[in-house]
Amino acid sequence: MDALEILFTASFWVAAIRIASPLIFATMGELICERAGVLNLGIEGIMTAGAFAGWFTVYSGGDLWAGVLVAAIVGAMFGLLHATLTVPLGLSQHVVGIGITLLATSLTYFTYRLALPEVTSPPKIEPFQPLPIPGLSSLPVIGEALFSQTPLTYLAFVSVAAVAWILYRTPIGLAVRAVGENPSAVEAQGISVTGIRTGAVAIGSALMAVGGAFLTTSAFNSFFFQMINGRGWICIALVVFGSWRPGKALIGAILFAAFDAFQVRLQQISGGIVPYQVFLMMPYALSILALILVARRATYPKALMIPYQKGER
Amino acid sequence: MRLEPKLAPSLAVTLLFPLAAIATTLVLTSMLVLVAGASPLSVFYLVAKGAAGSQFALMETLTRATPLIFTGLAIAVAFRAKLWNIGAEAQLYIGGVVTVVLGTGTLPLPSVVLIPVIMVAVMAAGALLLLGPAVLKTRFGVDEVVTTLLLNFIVLLFVSMLLEGVLKDPMGLGWPQSQKVIAEAQLPRLIQGKRLHYGFAIALVSAVLVWVVMKRTVLGYEMRAVGHNPEGARFVGILVNRTLMKTALLSGGLAALAGFSEVSGLKGNLTLDLSPGYGYTGIVVAMLAILNPLGVIASAIFVAGIFVGADAMSRAAKVPSYIADVMVATSLLSMVVAILLARFRIRWR
Amino acid sequence: MLPFMGEVGNLAGGDNPSPEATTLSLDGKESLPTSPLPVTAVSSKPALRLSGISKRFGPLRANEAISFELKRGEIIALLGENGAGKTTLMNILFGHYVADEGTVEAFGKPLPPGDPRAALDAGIGMVHQHFTLADNMTVQENIALGTQSLWRMRLDRAAARRRIEQLSADFGLAVEPAATVSTLSVGERQRVEILKALYREARLLILDEPTAVLTPAETDALFRTLKLLVAKGLSIIFISHKLHEVMSVSDRVLVLRSGRLVGERETGSTDRKELAALMVGQEVKPAEVNPVKRGAPLLALERVSTTPYNGAGLDQVSLTLTAGEITGLAGVAGNGQAGLAALIAGIRRPTTGSISIAGREVADWSPRAALAHGVARIPEDRHAIGSIGDMSVTENVIGERYRSPRFSRMGFLNWRAARGFAEKLITDYEVKCPSPEARMRLLSGGNMQKLILGRALDPDPTVILASQPTRGLDVGAVAYVHRMLLEARDRGAAILLISEDLEEVLALSDRVIVMSKGRLSTPSSRGERSIRQLGELMAGHDGERGDHAA
Repeated sequence: MDALEILFTASFWVAAIRIASPLIFATMGELICERAGVLNLGIEGIMTAGAFAGWFTVYSGGDLWAGVLVAAIVGAMFGLLHATLTVPLGLSQHVVGIGITLLATSLTYFTYRLALPEVTSPPKIEPFQPLPIPGLSSLPVIGEALFSQTPLTYLAFVSVAAVAWILYRTPIGLAVRAVGENPSAVEAQGISVTGIRTGAVAIGSALMAVGGAFLTTSAFNSFFFQMINGRGWICIALVVFGSWRPGKALIGAILFAAFDAFQVRLQQISGGIVPYQVFLMMPYALSILALILVARRATYPKALMIPYQKGER
Repeated sequence: MRLEPKLAPSLAVTLLFPLAAIATTLVLTSMLVLVAGASPLSVFYLVAKGAAGSQFALMETLTRATPLIFTGLAIAVAFRAKLWNIGAEAQLYIGGVVTVVLGTGTLPLPSVVLIPVIMVAVMAAGALLLLGPAVLKTRFGVDEVVTTLLLNFIVLLFVSMLLEGVLKDPMGLGWPQSQKVIAEAQLPRLIQGKRLHYGFAIALVSAVLVWVVMKRTVLGYEMRAVGHNPEGARFVGILVNRTLMKTALLSGGLAALAGFSEVSGLKGNLTLDLSPGYGYTGIVVAMLAILNPLGVIASAIFVAGIFVGADAMSRAAKVPSYIADVMVATSLLSMVVAILLARFRIRWR
Repeated sequence: MLPFMGEVGNLAGGDNPSPEATTLSLDGKESLPTSPLPVTAVSSKPALRLSGISKRFGPLRANEAISFELKRGEIIALLGENGAGKTTLMNILFGHYVADEGTVEAFGKPLPPGDPRAALDAGIGMVHQHFTLADNMTVQENIALGTQSLWRMRLDRAAARRRIEQLSADFGLAVEPAATVSTLSVGERQRVEILKALYREARLLILDEPTAVLTPAETDALFRTLKLLVAKGLSIIFISHKLHEVMSVSDRVLVLRSGRLVGERETGSTDRKELAALMVGQEVKPAEVNPVKRGAPLLALERVSTTPYNGAGLDQVSLTLTAGEITGLAGVAGNGQAGLAALIAGIRRPTTGSISIAGREVADWSPRAALAHGVARIPEDRHAIGSIGDMSVTENVIGERYRSPRFSRMGFLNWRAARGFAEKLITDYEVKCPSPEARMRLLSGGNMQKLILGRALDPDPTVILASQPTRGLDVGAVAYVHRMLLEARDRGAAILLISEDLEEVLALSDRVIVMSKGRLSTPSSRGERSIRQLGELMAGHDGERGDHAA
């Protein structure tokens, strides 16, 4: 098969959208945090915790949706911890974020080993099944790619619309955007900066965790160590690439996923001349490249990473 | 709620807060131990015994502390200048690669020449690896956190490629591992018959040297000034970007030495599990030491002790050894809070 | 609920403009007093009553037992030096700080402490010195922020827009609701701030140093707006340290000094001299100035242009600083003074034009080059640029010369010499600090400035850049800084004094230049131009600066 022909197969786009789904959730989560002025480097760990929480709930007999909900709650808890340390206490968002990633990851592994001490290959669950949308799913290519996915993928797209609506069309979204730009504007209007930021980080972290849960309950059917594998860091790059706008970040996530799906297929047809590791490196390298391309003209939320003290301006 | 700076933190407070952070960590993690159905006291006793209860245990702890001193120093140096190097893991592996490339017979030199040559080459490689993100930061404004993190994945894949390709040990029964380094490239044991090797001594010397650089030299002064206030540093004539470059070179070089020390002193060859996350743990080590190079020695030994002790403990009690990772992460977060409380007073109104 | 709040109703909602507002027109000659707000005008309760407000920050007494009342429809001016406690008091009033003692009553009702929301709901609006606007959002979004319930699923934009347009028309505050704030001029931003307060039905408006960033024309427009507002029933607190403004806009003046209320006067029955004496606490004695002895030209800028820096960039600026002379640069903030200071300090380079020192062009201009050529720099922002707060006094004072043989050799620092130098400065400049090891951020502004001054003046510089050297300092420290600058001048240094305080410029300068829109006026010698003439120059040649409301 020709490399370019891949781009026109439905199965390629099905895979791309599937790969994009967890990234979309987590990118939206990070975007909310950063729009409120908090860089959340806990993302990698929170996704790990979400992946485990979702899977473990289902494994313990819970419903799939219950798994997603539990994952979101676990994510929000880590988000609250992050926010407590970085918002009212104003601690370094870099250090706390890395700390949250280490904590969430290690707690996940600890809990996994505690729950399943002797297991060598992780047990499987029955994951979300594709749910073709009547009518739309019979469209050529697009029908299969976009409308024959699992419910969680649809939810990912819904989350983009919801985040966009909230940020640009609701009073609270106004407050979130303002607090990331100039917190004193928010305080002067009688809204709590701490409240908005804490809320944004908690909700954002919940979305990240759902992104993690997608991997265990929709893309695969079990939990294994290191399964997040840098996806969280890539989402941080995607937020920058998307200029902190939900729509652009969505496009970024899909482009990235398409590239990822493409390199897997390219790997198969390259016949082993090029080491497979080179293909695996590409997504990470691409993320760095994307950052270089956009960084110069990126307009950061001005208060990003700057702690706020009441009455200070 | 407001934070008000304390005028002069007393010495007692300064010494007390690391202890308070450790105490907090123990309290929090003992809850996990209770969940696991074990007694916290006996578990912590087993951890302590496993870490320092015998000469063997102590040697093991110091051996494990060696790479952590290097990565801890690398992070301490970088964070001082607020260069967020989260890529010590990658720099460590590059150090391992260079050690193997030069140490497997490529350079037929006597030990006294070969080892310094390898060390210089290793440091240069690690330094160059961090120089990339530093240049991207200063020239293009790309956040170095993300680039160094992503480089960790790229470098690990690169090492995997080498170990399945050009560096693959033909006698390795198909495992992705390199050949052993030659005897001349090996760091001798510090004590006959024990695993503790000269890497530990080099780490101690490095810590002292880094301390001197930070406290006594113009470069250390510039790094601290840039870290505290880049605008203010630029105003008094410090070349901020150049200082960040120098910081990157020093930090990357130090992290790479961890890889050299592990390959040359302990493992003998390069594998994909050379480091169980020493690069990331180095962040905790550096923060526990409040970025003080001499403090890094103590905190690296402490953190290594937790890992070694937890391994021993988990064999005896039914508590997963991942408790060590939880303790380390918790201590990082408790420590940053403790530092804050030592410097500021929280006023609720 | 208070009786007069009945018709205003849902304060948080704000989407129902009060019916009265729509009946008003700006054609206000006939019946201005028709209040847009249903204030029961005869109510005898004062708009505001402060009783015994005290606030301490560590050893500093920012406010000490302050009590006063504000009547409805009155403008009072709160006058005081920088650091007299005006802003702290207003922050307490607005709920940003909590007073240690004392109570605040607004419209007869006690105000809960530490709650900006309660202050807003009580009808208090505040226009901060530094605007509290989010630059990435539109005017309308900034105004609507926080006025609708946060839990509504949809922002009512149409209603907000209608109401803003109505208020703009009623009060003559022209601004486009859909414009992004980052594109607005300073005057327009201030109008948005006032609209924000009016949108929330504010009946008491606090303006903190509102004219600092305005041209004289914009200031006049603001004053007209304020008169209109009180005519419509609002009460206003006007915070300032500028006597002529206080005299022209207020009904009553309260004078604060070192945190205490030291005087209260009806504006009609006082004069500038009395107010100045109250404000400063003693007879204001202008610094004694020796006759000028001009020497050789030391620093020359030749048609220099730069990119914008905290305001306008420089536009073909030529300037010569001569030995033994203080050149004063006056101007409204944001007109390029910051850019000129940054250029001379070496942190900005010219895009075109040249810099010469003692007649020789310096090609590679940088902080190091400036220092090497004997240029001493006292920066505008002593916290962000002039010092490194988390480093010690010793580490800060060697800053500009840490590479000199005196403080380092072969890349190693000589801490003994550094400490000795710090101790010398602490003694010579009477700096109050616990030890040379103390972190710089723990020092007061005045002590910090003395150290910066000492650091800059110690090597006997030939050129001195003093940018806002006395901003935020108390009277004693101001006099000290002035004396040091005059002494340096008499020793033969060429000094450029950049200040927003016109009186300071006039008192010290042998030559005054006005900066406007990145360009310099022709110089005038001591006493040659009146304040009025300088004011016109400050406004720029066309005077209006695009201010449509003026």
